[in-house]
Amino acid sequence: MTAFIVRRLLQSIAVMLAVAFVSFALFNFVGDPINNMLGQEATTEDRAELRERLGLNDPFIVQFGRFVGNALQGEFGISYRLKRPVSDLIAERLPATMELVTASAILALAIGVPLGVFTGLRRDSWFSRFVLTTSLVGVSLPTFVIGIFLIYIFSVTLGVLPSFGRGETVDIGGWTTGLLTAGGWRSLILPAITLSLFQTTLILRLVRAEMLEVLRTDYIRFARARGLTNRAVNFGHALKNTLVPVITITGLQVGSLVAFSIITETVFQWPGMGFLFIAGLNFADIPIMAAYLVMVAFVFVVINLVVDILYYVVDPRLRIDRAVAAGRTG
Amino acid sequence: MRAKLFIGGMVAVATAMAAVSAQAENVLRWSSQGDALTLDPHSQNEGPTTVTNQQMYDSLVQRDWELKLHPALATEWKPLDDTTWEFKLRQGVKFHDGSDFTADDVVFSLKRAKAKTSDFKGYVNSITDVVKIDDLTVHIRTQAANPILPSQLNSVRIMSKAWSVANNVVEPQDYADNEETFAVRNTNGTGPFVLELREPDVQTVMVKNENYWDLQDYPHNVDKIIYRPVQSNPTRVAALLSGELDFVLDPPVQDLGRIKATPGLTLKQVAQIRTIFLGMDQASPELKYSDVKGANPFGDKRVRQAMYQAIDIETIKKKVMRGLSFPAGIVTSPGVHGYTEALDKRLPYDVDRAKALMAEAGYEDGFGVTLDCPNNRYVNDEAICQAIVPMLAQIGINVDLAARPKSVHFKRLQQRDTSFYLLGWGVPTLDSHYVFEYLAHTTDGKRGSWNFTGFSNARMDEVTEKMLSEVDQAKRDQLVAEAWDILKGDIAYLPLHHQVISWAMTDRLELPIVANDSPNFKWARFK
Repeated sequence: MTAFIVRRLLQSIAVMLAVAFVSFALFNFVGDPINNMLGQEATTEDRAELRERLGLNDPFIVQFGRFVGNALQGEFGISYRLKRPVSDLIAERLPATMELVTASAILALAIGVPLGVFTGLRRDSWFSRFVLTTSLVGVSLPTFVIGIFLIYIFSVTLGVLPSFGRGETVDIGGWTTGLLTAGGWRSLILPAITLSLFQTTLILRLVRAEMLEVLRTDYIRFARARGLTNRAVNFGHALKNTLVPVITITGLQVGSLVAFSIITETVFQWPGMGFLFIAGLNFADIPIMAAYLVMVAFVFVVINLVVDILYYVVDPRLRIDRAVAAGRTG
Repeated sequence: MRAKLFIGGMVAVATAMAAVSAQAENVLRWSSQGDALTLDPHSQNEGPTTVTNQQMYDSLVQRDWELKLHPALATEWKPLDDTTWEFKLRQGVKFHDGSDFTADDVVFSLKRAKAKTSDFKGYVNSITDVVKIDDLTVHIRTQAANPILPSQLNSVRIMSKAWSVANNVVEPQDYADNEETFAVRNTNGTGPFVLELREPDVQTVMVKNENYWDLQDYPHNVDKIIYRPVQSNPTRVAALLSGELDFVLDPPVQDLGRIKATPGLTLKQVAQIRTIFLGMDQASPELKYSDVKGANPFGDKRVRQAMYQAIDIETIKKKVMRGLSFPAGIVTSPGVHGYTEALDKRLPYDVDRAKALMAEAGYEDGFGVTLDCPNNRYVNDEAICQAIVPMLAQIGINVDLAARPKSVHFKRLQQRDTSFYLLGWGVPTLDSHYVFEYLAHTTDGKRGSWNFTGFSNARMDEVTEKMLSEVDQAKRDQLVAEAWDILKGDIAYLPLHHQVISWAMTDRLELPIVANDSPNFKWARFK
């Protein structure tokens, strides 16, 4: 067990280093921050001087080494754009993204699972066909189009929901939340729907497919033969067995919700981490971009590590096979 | 008991009145694409940053919406001799923290603007010393005579010395530091609005400075300004249409018709102090990005003129800019000292003449070259370049278009890694000297830092330097005119057009539009 975890950890570190290397290498193509940092009046000498001071003239490998060294201490430097420590900025934007992602995940589950069950059970009803057809919209339309479409309907035409921002927020020990004010809730609705639409569709179709699969299995037929009520069969036996893959996928999808949120946050001016990243990209704000990419990679690596370890704990076959191979049993 | 009731009644009435006045409060909610980068007034010389900071900080002199100079924190100024200016300061001005504004603050602020980490060095370069004579008089010494010092000082904001010392912000933020300085999110100016809340990228809230010294001249009725940047164009327009915003500084060109047609909204337009033009490397023996080997076609003035006359600027105006541009004959706009309508007249669009010129220069078969173009800096920048490609193809010049984001585009220009490029130039000092100093003077490390053409003319350099110290206005105007003749006569640049700016706002708001694209909310009035 320990050897397994250590090996996994080492692999994770290798992945992190590779991500850091690739993202850092990319920054050589996003352009020169100096021009954004100094106004047009700056002389050629001023520019050269600042480049030198920031170490942008050092060889790539030296810059990368310095970056990794600082990152290990949680030190990502100061944002070129906002002139504030990157770690402060990320801590400040994290709550907005987490609230949006959580709301979307809950929304996706709350809508996706019941609709998936319904369309699985009543395959031929007109409502199921309608849901399945419209769910294509969720998969095929890009997020920003959906966002703008919702803004057009609910803000411009009906005038009932705000088109951008996070509304009033309350600061609780450094965690700003919009969940304690009416304005905050109203502001959350459109971005959360926009972000959740793709996931909702995914879960809906997954649950439906799993339901169809499970309903054909022998134990469901036996359950019916035993005269159990429809309710007990459908929800007690069928749905329960479909949920294992759904939970796995949903867990892994939280990572991509964070990634997708970049676009949603830009459309709705949602002050989260994705927005911070995009704004930094336009400014060639290297410290912000590097920190964000490394952090997202870290989230994915941690999720994967936990999932691996959980499989090991949950699935006894993994352990037994290993023991057999070692020749200790059998 | 009765007294208590009475007091209770008073409180109730007062509360009710407060509620009424809170409702009647004039709140100006506005937006633009990008937030101010910092509230430190000497740290970033950038449009949105200046717009934000000028609401809270004053300068010694100010400009009105016609860009004329007026007294601000200084009431009068005059040159004492060739290298000394005397500035008399306004009495009774207070900073937002209640402290008095004095000569010490002026001496401190001008020196701060000269600091190594300041982004405003360009405006104060000529200053060698600032001396306090008494509490309300300062003398500014310059290297040589500097007739445009007052208009340069318009861009330099005045901070409180005591506040800066107490908060350890004697110098602007250094990028190499890891700590944020106090002045990045806190302010203490003398300006018309006082900072209430600053959340970068989210919102900046300011309230009216009731003790503002200039309230008699500008008796505005804006009690509060809420600025919330919205990066996405359609969202920003949607927020304006839905009434969540009162003013949008930068409505996208494609939505102007829609905004105009919406009842309750007004659109204002004016020619901006920014000219778009093309530059060519005319000095290298061989172009870096061209198929002509061993020669530089751009070195031949006939080729430059042929390209100029092959560009159909009216079509670009009509099709690309939707009418929102003024075709240009020189690389500076109306409103800049030295601009004349005669200078701004273009050579006619004439493809036959252009072809003849190409043949004369020995390029009747044309040549290939790469045009570097930004795609997120100027209005429709990439589309302008796309329109130019077929126009130049008519005279045999095969243009390979390379459109890139501004941070990449400008990096390449700064490294002189280009043969042919598009650039726009604004003039904050509103004096032609600024154009010559950056775009026409020979590149020497200090001057000519945006002259990527290799254009170098001894007389041009001489005139540009003389201009800076010539105090006699008539003589100086002659120098400016001569410099324009050299630059235009040599076709060192291919001017395209002056940009037009548009502001969209609700009908309830009166706000004069300014050609420097920098709204001043002390001029605003709610009807």
